[in-house]
Parts: sequence; structure tokens; C-alpha cells
Amino acid sequence: MSEPLLVVDDLHVTFQIRGGRALRAVDGVSFAVRAGETVGIVGESGSGKSVTALAILGLLPSRGVTTSGSILLNGQQLLGASEHDMQDVRGRRAAMVFQDPMTSLNPVLTVGRQLTETITRHLGVKREAARDRAAELLDRVGIPEPRQRLKNYPHQLSGGMRQRVMIAIALASDPALIIADEPTTALDVTIQAQVLELLREVVRESNTALVMITHDLGVIAGICESVNVMYSGRIVESNERHHLFASPRHHYTRGLLASVPRLDGAQGRLVPIPGSPSDVIAWSDGCAFAPRCPAASDACRGQAPELVISPEGGTLRCVQPAPLGMPVWSGR
Amino acid sequence: MSVLTRRQRAEQLNDPDVANSLTREAWRRIRQNPLAIVGGTIIVFFVLIAVFAPMLAPFNPRSNAWFDQIRPTSIPGPSRDHWFGLDEGGRDELSRLIFGARASLMIGVLSLGIGAVAGAFFGLVAGAFGGWVDSLIMRLTDILLAVPSLLLALSVAAVIGQSQTAIVVAVAVPNVPLFARMLRSSMLGERQKDYVTSATSVGVRRRSLVMRHVVPNSLAPMLVQASLALSTAIIDAAALSFLGLGSADPGVPEWGRMLANTTRLLNVAPHLALFPGVAILITALGFNLFGEAVREALDPKLRR
Amino acid sequence: MIRFVVRRLLLLIPILFGLSILLFIWVRALPGGPATALLGERATPERIAQINKAYGFDRPMITQYLTYMKRVVRFDFGQSITLRKDVTAELVRRFPATIELSMAAMLFAVGVGIPLGFMAAKRERTWFDYGAVTASLIGVSIPVFFLGQILKWVFALKLNWLPTIGRLAPTRELVHHTNFNVLDSLLALDGGALWDSIEHLILPGIALGTIPLAIIARITRASVLEVLNDDYVRTARAKGLRTSTVNRVHVLRNSMLPIVTVIGLQTGLLLSGAVLTETVFAWGGMGQLIAGAVLDKDYPVIQGGVMFLAIVFVLVNLVVDVLYAFIDPRIRVS
Repeated sequence: MSEPLLVVDDLHVTFQIRGGRALRAVDGVSFAVRAGETVGIVGESGSGKSVTALAILGLLPSRGVTTSGSILLNGQQLLGASEHDMQDVRGRRAAMVFQDPMTSLNPVLTVGRQLTETITRHLGVKREAARDRAAELLDRVGIPEPRQRLKNYPHQLSGGMRQRVMIAIALASDPALIIADEPTTALDVTIQAQVLELLREVVRESNTALVMITHDLGVIAGICESVNVMYSGRIVESNERHHLFASPRHHYTRGLLASVPRLDGAQGRLVPIPGSPSDVIAWSDGCAFAPRCPAASDACRGQAPELVISPEGGTLRCVQPAPLGMPVWSGR
Repeated sequence: MSVLTRRQRAEQLNDPDVANSLTREAWRRIRQNPLAIVGGTIIVFFVLIAVFAPMLAPFNPRSNAWFDQIRPTSIPGPSRDHWFGLDEGGRDELSRLIFGARASLMIGVLSLGIGAVAGAFFGLVAGAFGGWVDSLIMRLTDILLAVPSLLLALSVAAVIGQSQTAIVVAVAVPNVPLFARMLRSSMLGERQKDYVTSATSVGVRRRSLVMRHVVPNSLAPMLVQASLALSTAIIDAAALSFLGLGSADPGVPEWGRMLANTTRLLNVAPHLALFPGVAILITALGFNLFGEAVREALDPKLRR
Repeated sequence: MIRFVVRRLLLLIPILFGLSILLFIWVRALPGGPATALLGERATPERIAQINKAYGFDRPMITQYLTYMKRVVRFDFGQSITLRKDVTAELVRRFPATIELSMAAMLFAVGVGIPLGFMAAKRERTWFDYGAVTASLIGVSIPVFFLGQILKWVFALKLNWLPTIGRLAPTRELVHHTNFNVLDSLLALDGGALWDSIEHLILPGIALGTIPLAIIARITRASVLEVLNDDYVRTARAKGLRTSTVNRVHVLRNSMLPIVTVIGLQTGLLLSGAVLTETVFAWGGMGQLIAGAVLDKDYPVIQGGVMFLAIVFVLVNLVVDVLYAFIDPRIRVS
């Protein structure tokens, strides 16, 4: 197989918070994405998934944050690269789609302006050509009458339209990688499916790699080829999507799956994960999920479980995983 | 975010009287804010000087016993006998500054008090009665707000003539529409809140509701406005006195006029401009610092 | 947009109408009537009667009011008592001096205040930031008339770098077309006069501009801090835009709304602050005219001046509202 496009290796992100304490938001995360591949990162809020995304594009605040590890994009080290160099990477080779298109678009600039500014920045074309390209992009993301829409302000568009504009901006200079951070969360359910479909289409057409960051396994199921499950700053399980859904081994993954409603009615009832993500213990004291884990035992405390390659492929960070082939929905 | 805030929140929940704990919380924030400490110290210092002026001043501020030392080209500066030197009329500058503090405090507090009480009264009436009363009062405030405050104060002072009363009234008038608007809008805001709706639904009479709940809750923004307005009042009062609208008796020490009198003497005795100017500056700064700190304490979101 | 402006202009009418009534009552509310107040200790029954006749104070209230209103509508405030000149003409003649000074002050306040506030926000919680915040707190506490004196003493008297008072060196001759000295010197193609006018503007401009500067810096800082946390700024960065572009196009532009409001408010206040600055620097503008009129109880001048400045104040705020709409398309469309 070809060299991966993006290799994140042992990424650590630590926030310095008041009182001299440190918060390890990302704590040794590694994963790789190949060209044209769609990889999911799933976890609850606070699991470090969005921080991982921001770290890749170098968008973390410069003060009070320390990072270590390695982020290679096509062999270029992004971690620690200068702001000037990162400005050539962002939007050109790696683009991002954010959660809330209402607040992520500048309310006082026209859609056209916000599209063309990234086009002229990276493709070095003149204003006229940039406008043509912008209209073309809007057309590509399924916005009717693109020429007229260029003159609109964000508040004149619907939520779904705005997210399409965000995707068009991300596509502006044909990046090799798109990172989508909860791109559907702020949208109506009916629109969510359309936007996901659009994302799937555009990455397939242009062989773009997509990192999909979400808390919603339903989104993962619809689009990703492989999945990384994050908990409290670490990857706890990763696998091909169908393996993970068919036979989740980590109890956190199983909890996530059990709390997602299924349309085919195969499950008895929804089971929420007990407790909240703030009920953690530090990884150095054992498995961070142990306080909420139904299968936790003394073995889970004392030292952190290692991330090991599981027999069926993928990786797993659990000392007492669920047995292979045990479905989540047991028809209780 | 931190352990501390979680504990504070817990304290707040345990407290039976939430409003009480909110003010206590605000008070705690005020005491921890360096702005408040500096500002508060200045205010206390200023008030003490004003109150104990007769005891602190080394000489009678009106006595021109040293007039024979004054020459058109030289006015004695600071010396052992006169720490801040003499003024152009041969009077002790320090004593005049000390008594000037008294005039400033009196004028500032009186004018702010009158402005705030009158404004609060109109705001209360407008908010409580609504309807045409409200419209009439609000249109009147529109008119008063259309005139820049110093200009309004000037024209009021012009009617009354040269006296300290004129300055008090003149500085009070521009505060009236400000306080009226503020009290009315915070009353309207309070009225929308759940506790008022629920109180009316169980049959509490409207008037007693206004007096018992709405007014106390509107006091916080009033307090902020008052402490910031005191700084403006002291500067504006000095400005009117600078322009010659203070007491008709030139012997009465007022910081503003002390500055005005030295305009011609800048080259001869710059210290005579420096002292009263710095006195006004420091006093105004004290009230500004304290007002800022109170504002931050009442609304932590503003803390920037 | 035109409809919006017209509607706002119509709203001006009741305010000015109300103000004119207040000014009418105000002069007649004087203890002992306007004539007594005017004459002060010189008041004798004959002179009071003379004044009352001359100014029509002896006629019935309603007649007085009607004549008053008829003149106010034409913006005629009669003759100045002390200057013996037509009030409106005198106000208009002196207005350019005040505007020129106010513009210089605003230029200073905006030119320094916005960059200062912006840099403080970008360096939040650094020494630069704390210094800027402290300086702005001191800035709002300095009395204009004190700052004016200090500037005069240091830069004019001690260092002798700049002129002490006035708008132009007494020896210089300049043809006044507009009464804006900077403009007039440009029209006359007189470089010396231009430089002279600018030199005279510096100290009063700084004195008058310091309070607005402090306020603008504070608002800019708060507004920029808020915008810096907005999602679209992150989007702009994620697009790979250069830092300067992000700051200029996305941060500053979006922070402008509250800044513009404050600039508008301060411009109005500058006009009244000019009363003090003009007195310190013997500027000869409207402010000095009004300050003198207040002491001399020259009521026609005060009435006219208050009315004039109130109109300017309200118009400036109207301009601000229109500017708003240009900055924020959300207001423009609705």
C-alpha cells in the first residue's frame, strides 16, 4: 500500500491552566490517513478529538499550550513548523470544516468575498478568475444560482446552505486533506444526511482524504472506513468500521454504540453510559474510563492499559475487553 | 474550571439566600481586585482629608498674610513653612488644596445625590406607571440627552449664577436622564424575569412587588453608575469652577478655580497649576478605579 | 437607506422642538426675570423696563412664545447682548474653528486609540496590555483644562517647540474663505500658513483628544478580544490567510461596530469639551464664545449655542447609525 498522506505519531497537547496545573488534552495519539481515505475520530466532548484536529492545522493558541510528537503531512513535519509555513499549508494542502456554519462564516462579508479570499491567497489568480472559480465551487457543492449567491451574506442563507459554503471554501484549492470537526452537529436532522452525502461525494471525486471528527457514531457509520475511538485524550480502540460496529471490544465503544438509537429496531432499549466524562482518573493511575466502566476491576487501576494490536486487526487499550463477536444489542 | 470555582458554586447553592450570597460574592471579588484596593485607598484618603480639613490644614486657607512675598515675576514655591508654596494671592497653597478637597467632595456627593435621586424617582415613576407617563418622561430624557452634558451643566449654571449651589445643580442635571433611563430599563428587565411573573401569578400586588423586589435588584447597576459618575461629577464641577462659575467669593478655595487663576502665571509658578490639577486627577482616578472594580465584580463577564 | 435617514431626521424634529420649549422656559424661569439677572447689580426699574421692552419680555407669554418660535424655526436667536452681533452669524463664523480642533482631536484619538487597543488585545495579559489599560484609566481621569495647561507649559513655554495660544501666528496673513485654517492655507497654496495652522492645532488637539483616546482604546481592546474568540476568525486562519489579512479583514472590521458607536458619542462630547480647551488655548471658536456668554449671561448666545451644538450632536449620531448599516449587512437588510 502507498505511503500514508497524514501520519500523526504520539501527539501530546498540554494546556497550562491557572494555578500551575496542566491539562493533558491529547495524550499520545497516533493514527494515519491515506489519500482518499475517510477516517473517523469519535468521542465525547472533552475527549481531545477537536484539539487533535486543531493541532494538525497548527490552530491551537500559542500561549499556555505545549505540544510534542510528530504530525507528518506528505512527509512534511507540521508540528513546530513556523506560522508562516503553516499559512501555506492551511487551506492549500489541508482544509477544515467547522461545526457551526452560522458562527464560522464572517457575518459582515459576502459569501463570494469569503470564498475568493482563499482562492486568491492560494491559487494566485486574479479577482475575475477567482469569482469564476468561486461560482464553480458553489455549483459543485450543490448551491443553485451560484453567481447570485456569491453576493449574499451568510445570514441570508439557510443553515444547510451555509455548511455547503463552508465545504466549498475547504475545497477551494483542492486540498489533499480535509478535516471536518462535527460538520453536521449544528444542523437539522434532515439536512445532516444531505451534508454528509455531499462530503462523501466530494472526497470520492477528488480522492481527498477526510478526517471526520464527531461524537455521533451514526455519522461514522455513514461515511468512515476506519474509526478511532478517543477517551480522555487517548485512543482506546481503533479498527475498520465494519469490525468495530460488528464486534466492539472496548467497553467505552460498546457504551457509545448502545446509546445510539438504531433505525432497524434491532435493539431493546437505549442504554446511556453511566456517569459523565468528568468522572475520570488520570491515565497514570489506571484506565481513565474505569470509574464508568461496567467491567472495571482492580486490574484496571494502578497502571494505564497499553494500546495493543488486537487479534482481529485494529488496536485496543483495555485489560478486560469484551469477548470477540459479542454484539452490543443482546436483545435485553 | 478550577477547583476554586466549583467550591464557590457549591457554596452559592448551599446558601439559602442567593441574592445575599451574590452580593457577598461581589464583595469578595472587589476586595481581591487590585484596582479596587488602589481606588478605595484614594477615596478613603480623599474623604478623610475633606472631613478633617480644619485639623489638617496648617493655615487658614483664606488668610493672605504672606502677600508681601508675591511679585509679578516670582511666587515662592515649596518651602519648610509652606510645603506646597504660596498661591498668587499670598495664601498657603497646601491649606487651600486641603479645603479644596472639602469643596470637591461636597459638590460631587451633593450633585450626584441630587441627580441620582431625581433620576431614580423619574425612572421609577416611568417604569411603574408605564403608558403616557413613561412616554412623557422618556421623551424628556431624550431631549436632555441630546445636549452634551457639560454644555447642559453650563447652561444650567448660567441661569443660577456664580455660586457653589449653581455648580451642584448644574452637575446634577445631566445625571438625571442617565439615572432615570438606567433604573427604568433595569426595572423593565427585572419585570420579564421569572420570579416576577410567578409572584404576580400567585396574586402579589404590583406595587408591593415593585418596591420589594424590583427596586433592590435594580440597585446594582445604579451603584456602578454612581461610582463612575462621581468621578465625572468631580471633574465637571472643577471644569465649571475653572470657567469661573464657582463661588462668587474668590477667597473660597476650589480646585478648578485655583487652576484657572494660574493660567496667566504658568511661566512664573507652574507648581500652582500642577498641584490642584494632580489633586483632581488623583481623586477622579480613585473613583474611576473603584467604579471599574465594582462593575467587574457585579458582572464577571466584563472582566477583560 | 434613504428612507432610514429620512425617518431618523424626522425623529429629530420633536427633540429639537422640545429643546426649544425648554430653552424658552429656561430664560423666563430666572429669578426676578431675565432682565434682572442680566443687569445684576446695575438693575434699576427703568433699565429693567427698557430691557423688557427691547427683548419683548413685557408681552403676554403666548405672544412671546409665538414670536420666539417663529424666529427659532428660522434659526434666528437675535443679537448677542455683549458682542452686539447677530448670534447665528457669529456661531457660524466660529464653528469652523471648533470643527477643525475637534477633527484634529478625533484624528489623534482614533489614530492612536485604535492601534493601542488592538495591540493591547493581541497581547492580552502582558505588561503592554496592563500598561495600556492603566494609561487609559488615567486618561479618562485627567481634566482637559489641566492637561492643556501642562502641555502648554512643557511644550510651549519650557521647550518652546510649539505656539501657546491661538490658531495662527499673529503676524501671518491668510485670506479666510472657509475659516478652516488648514483648508484656507491649502487654497492659498501657502505652505508656511499650513504648517503654522498645524503647529497651532497640535497641543489643543492632544489635550482635547486624550479622553476620547482613552475611551476608544478601551472599547477597541474589549471588542477585539471578543472578536478574536469568534469562530470566523478561526475559519479565516484555517483558510491559510496571512496574519495581517486576518487582522485587517476579519478582526478589525468586525470589531468596528462598538468602536464606531463610541467615536460618534465622543465626537459629540468633543464639541462641548472644546469649551474648556478653547478657553485654555484662546482658540476663538464656538466653545470660547459660549464660555464667555455663560459668564456674561448673554442668553441669546447660550440659547443659540446650545441649540446649535445639540443639532450637531444629534446629526453626528445619525451619521453613526448610517455608518453602522454600512459595516454590518445584517442591519442594512432588515
